[in-house]
Amino acid sequence: MNMSIRKPGREDIDTGRRLFLISGTSIAGSFVLGLPAISFSSLEIADGTVGERQIGFFIEIKPDGGVIIGSNQPEIGQGVRTALPMLVAEELDVEWSKVSVQQMPLGIVKTADGYTWKYGGQGVGGSTGLTSNWEFMREVGATARRQLIRAAALRLNVPESSCSTRPGHVVCDARDGEIPYADLIGDAAKLEVPEEAPTLKSSRDYRIVGTRQNTVDAIDLVTGKAKYGIDTIEADMRYAVIARSPYLNGSVRTFDDAVARKVDGVLDVFKIDGPQPGEPYVILANGVAVVATSTWAAIKGREALVIDWNPGPNATDSSEAFWEQNAESLRSNGQVVTDDGNFDQAMATADKIVERQYQVPFVSHQPMEPQNCYAHVEKDRCHIIAPTQMPSGASRAAAAVTGLPRENIRVDITRVGGGFGRRLTNDYVAEAAMISKQTGWPIKLQWTREDDIRNDFYRPAGLHEIRAGLDEKGRVTAWTQRLASASKYYRRPNMPDENLWEAELYPDDFPRHIVDNFRLEYFHNPIGLPRGSWRAPAHTANAFVIQSFLDELAHETGQDPLQLRIDLFGDERELQYKGHGGPVFNPGRLTRLTRFVAERIDYKNKRANGRGVGLAAHFTFGGYAAHAFEVTVTDEGGFTIERIVAAIDCGFAVHPNAVEAQLQGATVDGLSTAIGQEITVKDGQVQQSNFHDYPLARIAQVPSLFEAHILPYDDTPTGVGEIGIPPVAPALANAIFAASGVRLRRLPIGDQLRQAMTA
Amino acid sequence: MISFKVNSKRVSFDGDTDTPLLWVLRDHLQLTGTKFGCGIGLCGACVVHLDGRAAAACRLPVSSVEGRSVTTIEGLAAADGELHPVQKAWLELDVAQCGYCQSGQIMATADLLKRYPKPTDQDIDNNMSSMICRCGTYVRIRKAIHRAAELSGSGE
Repeated sequence: MNMSIRKPGREDIDTGRRLFLISGTSIAGSFVLGLPAISFSSLEIADGTVGERQIGFFIEIKPDGGVIIGSNQPEIGQGVRTALPMLVAEELDVEWSKVSVQQMPLGIVKTADGYTWKYGGQGVGGSTGLTSNWEFMREVGATARRQLIRAAALRLNVPESSCSTRPGHVVCDARDGEIPYADLIGDAAKLEVPEEAPTLKSSRDYRIVGTRQNTVDAIDLVTGKAKYGIDTIEADMRYAVIARSPYLNGSVRTFDDAVARKVDGVLDVFKIDGPQPGEPYVILANGVAVVATSTWAAIKGREALVIDWNPGPNATDSSEAFWEQNAESLRSNGQVVTDDGNFDQAMATADKIVERQYQVPFVSHQPMEPQNCYAHVEKDRCHIIAPTQMPSGASRAAAAVTGLPRENIRVDITRVGGGFGRRLTNDYVAEAAMISKQTGWPIKLQWTREDDIRNDFYRPAGLHEIRAGLDEKGRVTAWTQRLASASKYYRRPNMPDENLWEAELYPDDFPRHIVDNFRLEYFHNPIGLPRGSWRAPAHTANAFVIQSFLDELAHETGQDPLQLRIDLFGDERELQYKGHGGPVFNPGRLTRLTRFVAERIDYKNKRANGRGVGLAAHFTFGGYAAHAFEVTVTDEGGFTIERIVAAIDCGFAVHPNAVEAQLQGATVDGLSTAIGQEITVKDGQVQQSNFHDYPLARIAQVPSLFEAHILPYDDTPTGVGEIGIPPVAPALANAIFAASGVRLRRLPIGDQLRQAMTA
Repeated sequence: MISFKVNSKRVSFDGDTDTPLLWVLRDHLQLTGTKFGCGIGLCGACVVHLDGRAAAACRLPVSSVEGRSVTTIEGLAAADGELHPVQKAWLELDVAQCGYCQSGQIMATADLLKRYPKPTDQDIDNNMSSMICRCGTYVRIRKAIHRAAELSGSGE
């Protein structure tokens, strides 16, 4: 069953965003437009004022023609701090070399029924940083340009229609008709902003967007000047660490801080209460906080604590029991969550049935910058400086801890040393606010690497079973995926058990709507590990399972894995996709990418024994990616990745340097998880602690033969941060099979290949 | 009291002599370009030069640097502000993503090039595998190392 639906038109987009274009101009009259009943002074959260040389919040033009563009989103390494200002600069029509970028704080405004955004929605996750700001940021630039044109027309007393721009100047068909923006900005800011949306450029006329530009912070990044949350130094600041329960959902029974308090520099020691087991998370763990005059003194103080832990309700949890439970579940019937066509009948009449199980482990995020947060809680206000993907969540977390109204909580956004979904959750902000509230001091809370590995919101683990029915020609007629896992939605507020599956199976993923008789089944199994979003959440597991299984189908039926994919993906057409990344999925775009990477890696050329090529492709959150891996495998089961070809179709690539970087980076990330990463639990405790037992890929594991290709499509961008990761593990596993005949169905690969080859 | 040099300036520290150089640099001297990654020398985010050789600052008690000379990322460029060839190459290749590990990667590369002025891919694998980049910038790091070797060689 194929379904086509139209993409949303421009009129479907929330026009409320346009209000931010004009809010903040320096005269009261135009400011209130769209934000009625709010006076300028009540909006004075921190440094949210707008100066004389600004148009709206986003653009400042200096007398020398230099342009400062505000970046409202957190930069986590995805390039948004460069990409979004590129959009503004393009439509504003200025030279990119004249642009500098300034980070904006969180901007929220109290309304009658809650809070609304002051600078547009702020938060980065789900590969939406660019897509959700694509229209908005271009309109910011185009609106400002139109204001400048109008100001020039008035000054020269010529019709607006006779005026245009060249970079940094309004040009009018009149005497002395060229005026630098810098000379017009005062007038432009005073003009009321028309209601109608400005005309945006055609992509054919782009001079900045879509071109190769380095990251705006390049110099600061190579000289050590770039400031991350961890680099925060504020007056009178104290340093804190927390000894967290090593037991999942454990708590502090008693503690002895006599020795800890004698450590030079330790100022205070006290208990921190975490949430009750099963309750939604505010902070992760119960523990004991140590506050000191330096990070090292706090760490030493923590080492000197003697804590008697109550292991709590998950004391006997283990990975072993969890996997046994999952295997047991798959022997029974689960919750049928999707059921197209007549699956049972199709299976009964199938010529051949193939069934396989795959196992995907818990993994941890481990951004390079360990969690940290500066908090200063005072009687009537609070200041947070945090590396976070969700500054509004930081504001809510601090409000929940302090009881202060959110408009009295200032949240400054720093550069973030990696996100990967970890910093969608602001538990460390809540912790820092708790410690500052308790002590009255400005606090910088620091997590160590061990804290970070043992106290994460882990990517859920699961045991997958796929069964497919094929006809006599090897065509797939029925398909089921049955998953027993620990849902990410565990401990979500107001989350009914019957909806837990929604975080783990995205029903419109391939091959739904392509295979008519299609069923998804889910079983939820308990374990005390907290869970969260890890880059491309359930796509990583499901792509591994589905794309590995396609190769197994090909092998079982004597088909070629490339041809089988091309046959199944088929030509370009729009299938319904209701989940995030929809409303449509065009499997023909996967065909194109798969063909491309296969050709680049010379797929058709047969390899010698011990050498093989594997392919995989996946649609993730609106974007498309494919990988081809070439590996060699030794007789002892060692393997080397000889070559990688990766390709992404993210629609229109706004900031190609960042797209390429994200594709390369996602590939390396996929390798880390495929090769060696797994979080395990024994006696209710996470067993890993640092990079020796939770390994990240190193440079030697990434071949120098590594191509990252951007295949353009259309003139609208999709996100890129997560798109490149899901095909990696299956492409690698498929390559290893092609090279060795060993099929790896459990991640991470670890020493499985060695064991299989030497058995 | 421990006395040593950081970026050619004499500094002293009179706290706990066990304090790792990393935290002395970051908390006491406010040189935050050197990053905390793992605390046990497994990731290289804190690499500085100690008497000209790369060292993980998280593993060096400040007592061990008495009388010695430390260079951090803040002091890598020439006194007149001209960037080190490694920094230039990093700019050219637009290496950084989140950028957090890059101070360490750059310091480690500057040391590598002293020992291997024209490093092969194998030299890079052998010597840079003590470093972690969670964003996975390794492809560009490798290219930038080769480029830095060219820039150093030509005196650019």
